[in-house]
Amino acid sequence: MYCLLKLAPLFLAVAVCNGWLFGDFVGKQKEQDEISLWPLPQKFQSSAVAFKLSPASFQIVHAKQSSAGPSCGLLENAFRRYFEYIFGDLKKSEKSRKKVYDSDLVELQVWVTSADPECDGFPSLQTDESYELSIDEPSAVLKAANVWGALRGLETFSQLVYEDYYGVNKINKTDISDFPRFAHRGILLDSSRHFLPLKVILANLEAMAMNKFNVFHWHIVDDQSFPYMSRTFPELSQKRKGAYHPFTHVYTPSDVKMVIEFARMRGIRVIPEFDTPGHTESWGNGIKDLLTPCYSGSSPSGTFGPVNPILNSSYDFMTQFFKEISTVFPDAYIHLGGDEVDFRCWESNPDIQKFMAQQGFGTDYSKLESFYIQRLLDIVAATKKGYMVWQEVFDNGVKLKDDTVVEVWMGNKMEEELQNVTRAGFTTILSAPWYLDYISYGQDWQHYYKVEPLSFPGTDAQKKLVIGGEACLWGEYVDATNLTPRLWPRASAVAERLWSDKSVTDVGNAYNRLVQHRCRMVKRGIPAEPLFVGHCRQEYKGL
Amino acid sequence: MAHTGTHSQPVRSCLLLVVVSVCVQQVHGVWPLPQQLHQSADRGCLSPQRFSFTYGRDSAAQTGCSVLDAAFKRYFSIIFPDFTKGSENRLQYVWSEPQPFVVSVSVKTGGCDGYPDEDSDESYNLSVSEGQAVLRSVTVWGALRGLESFSQLVYQDDYGSYFINKTEIVDFPRFAFRGLLLDTSRHYLPLHAILKTLDAMAYSKFNVFHWHIVDDPSFPYQSRTFPDLSNKGAFHPFTHIYTQSDVMRVIEHARMRGIRVVPEFDSPGHTQSWGKGQPGLLTPCYKGGVPSGSFGPVDPTIDTTYKFMESLLKEVKFVFPDSYVHLGGDEVSFACWQSNPNVRKFMEKMGFGKDFTKLESFYMESIMNMTAALNRTSIVWQDVFDYHERIPQDTVLEIWKGEKYQAELSRMTQAGHRVLLSAPWYINHISYGQDWRNSYAVQPQNFSGTEEQKKLVIGGEVAMWGEYVDATNLTPRLWPRACAAAERLWSNEEKTLNADLAFPRLEEFRCELLRRGIQAEPLFVGHCKHEYDGL
Repeated sequence: MYCLLKLAPLFLAVAVCNGWLFGDFVGKQKEQDEISLWPLPQKFQSSAVAFKLSPASFQIVHAKQSSAGPSCGLLENAFRRYFEYIFGDLKKSEKSRKKVYDSDLVELQVWVTSADPECDGFPSLQTDESYELSIDEPSAVLKAANVWGALRGLETFSQLVYEDYYGVNKINKTDISDFPRFAHRGILLDSSRHFLPLKVILANLEAMAMNKFNVFHWHIVDDQSFPYMSRTFPELSQKRKGAYHPFTHVYTPSDVKMVIEFARMRGIRVIPEFDTPGHTESWGNGIKDLLTPCYSGSSPSGTFGPVNPILNSSYDFMTQFFKEISTVFPDAYIHLGGDEVDFRCWESNPDIQKFMAQQGFGTDYSKLESFYIQRLLDIVAATKKGYMVWQEVFDNGVKLKDDTVVEVWMGNKMEEELQNVTRAGFTTILSAPWYLDYISYGQDWQHYYKVEPLSFPGTDAQKKLVIGGEACLWGEYVDATNLTPRLWPRASAVAERLWSDKSVTDVGNAYNRLVQHRCRMVKRGIPAEPLFVGHCRQEYKGL
Repeated sequence: MAHTGTHSQPVRSCLLLVVVSVCVQQVHGVWPLPQQLHQSADRGCLSPQRFSFTYGRDSAAQTGCSVLDAAFKRYFSIIFPDFTKGSENRLQYVWSEPQPFVVSVSVKTGGCDGYPDEDSDESYNLSVSEGQAVLRSVTVWGALRGLESFSQLVYQDDYGSYFINKTEIVDFPRFAFRGLLLDTSRHYLPLHAILKTLDAMAYSKFNVFHWHIVDDPSFPYQSRTFPDLSNKGAFHPFTHIYTQSDVMRVIEHARMRGIRVVPEFDSPGHTQSWGKGQPGLLTPCYKGGVPSGSFGPVDPTIDTTYKFMESLLKEVKFVFPDSYVHLGGDEVSFACWQSNPNVRKFMEKMGFGKDFTKLESFYMESIMNMTAALNRTSIVWQDVFDYHERIPQDTVLEIWKGEKYQAELSRMTQAGHRVLLSAPWYINHISYGQDWRNSYAVQPQNFSGTEEQKKLVIGGEVAMWGEYVDATNLTPRLWPRACAAAERLWSNEEKTLNADLAFPRLEEFRCELLRRGIQAEPLFVGHCKHEYDGL
């Protein structure tokens, strides 16, 4: 009856092992499509034995042995959320509830095994997200060390339920043992080039959870605007040209809190990026003398460049600012940027030139950049936070703490960079092949899917230092109108690459599952765009 | 700020600004750019309480004119978005009576219950002065265009007060046919997505909805004559179809906005979905002397095909009021015809030799003649012209192949045919960056030919094919990218060649689209005062 199929899709598992399909509905293969797991679990066994689930009697409950109980708000919320994903909004479908049938499967028991279930904690880079799921009569059991693994298992469970032709919810006898291949699976959103309303961010956190992403890299400020409302320096967003608008285009402290909590409830870390010394034009309006005055000839031109690295006041500001950031954002990491610093303004400024001479930097402005970053890193380290930086910081030879995460974003010589970073012993994440803001005609998700993050030459120890990757949706051409369909399901390709086993590379098989997965996201209210010609049983209702 | 002012503040500031209006030059653009537009810095205040539309005394249309009554209602909410959103009550606490403003609309001819057509006159004159605007046009369709321009002239200051500058507009379209194609076969588009698109089309002065309603993947049109076509050929026979009443709703929604609905029933290729509900229609393909079980294009060798097509086209004439029908005729693959012994026999009988383009032409000629007999003008894709010399003279040809479309324009117009250009406006093809600039740079009459030939270019179409598009991403992918072609097709080319000059106006227009609830994507970094608040 059973057969072990680690990588094949479900319909193959059933068809090959049993040669028949769902008793009463022989030959109606289509309903099989409704169960397409994404990302594919590491170990997976399924049989054709199907159990009915009735919304009237099925329950998601804490297992007796579980260290988590009804006081675990995170799981209670997740139980409700996944119940609704599985059965739809019951308030809306009150009528259809009347055609009650008995459940073969009466409950899903969620069993958290660690003494501390971490109900009130935050996920971290070290979090164990593994889980085991066993579906059999009369109870299904989901076993995980902590709530974070339980969340991943609940998502998988919800993806296993399908509707047969009579609208009956069913789930097959299944055993799953699952864990992520990489610990850091991120999405970058850019809320500076365009402001992203809170509900867009929250909807994308929902979609991230559906794809088992676990890091929201919030590129919150940049040259174009400063929507983060700082308690210490409110003028950053309130002054003219800080935020696009000081009231309608800002994230208040309670907005930020809501994002963090919403993400936590879904096992997602929020890593804010405050990119300096470049990409800071919008900072200058609120903080006097923070940016370098550019010169034209021998007089200031009225324009400003990167953060002024030669003034103590710059560092005093950063000290206070990052003190705030370190308390507002609970994650152990802060992204400090450090990319694309334009040296022309520094070069034009006579005070900077003098400083360069004093320090013996010659005309090598990357030394000045390193000088700044070094001091900034010390400031942030003093707040007990770890940091992430873009690859330039490493390339310029800045002395980094051992636990620094270097993010590789440049497309050319990507493998060489991974080799160098890991040879130097630093952990790294990869985003270069996954700049999803670059769009093109056709199924570009396949390119993202085909990336193998560990294909660079290096030792096993080096490969272990690659802790994950990020799909980046930079904001030049993206706002609330088009963000969600542009991100999904294209980012789903990255999600599977980062979660599933290295050997899961069959694009045709992935296509079939991803088509169903995108319809599932649409059904759950996420306007995920189509992969190709076709339809979903429930099309997108918004607009 | 606009919504948080105290009750009396907006009006006071409005009056103050009237006094100092010369200091504040705030001229607001119109998209697409009118043929002649003169704006002065003098501006007047508009109050929703004292604003009205009326019919001019000499107007052929008066109250009761369905098209304009509905347009007045629609444009009132568009012009005063806050009013309908319930924040208007602040204006009741006014210490000084606001000035009335009247838009008087006069049309020369009635025709309120008719449909726009190929020769509808869309010209209008609009004169905005203190306390009033006078809009004159020949037809109600011209009045609709003028109302749209008027609505774009009104703007709000930071306190929420509404203003309009003194303005004179003389306007008419450069091309009579300004179309947008949606494909409801490769993905089903829910009715509300189509209606929303029609709204946005009217904002850009598009006037033809080319409804590529069926194709290989699905047949969502529910035919009254052949219900099996959608019963068996739609993605789903109940949830993924357009019923007759759906179609009527689309046509009426379009009519109210001065938009023609031209349906396309593409054959003989692109018909896989037809075969499911109409056995015997498609050509059985052969493999090694026996039918392979798969089917090719419509079978052009048997009488039943033509009987079926005639019934279908009769229905189309009955359902769709427009005088044009798109018959497709593109991308016919000959492999299946070649494989079929009956088709080969027919070829021999007809003396076509091995030239299957002759067979295709034979088929197309038959259905074009059928269409002509039904008093309808055919539009066909360029393939039909490329393969065929004798095409009924009044057939309209549509160019879709991207390479060398200028040469094709020359050839077709030289042969005396009217032409539609869509090749450079396949905006389903996306790329990174501001690709609207490519659409904007198109010059539809820049080909070698006489003045007479140039006149045969009756317009163009933006095409949004459906391979990668459904309700989740249609609107942001269409707008504001389609606006570039809208301006090219409406405005004077000399005045609109510079995309950099157009950019700020288009940016402003896309924010206006957002304000009107159209999910138009950004052109570049920046923000709108009123961001999209959906998902």
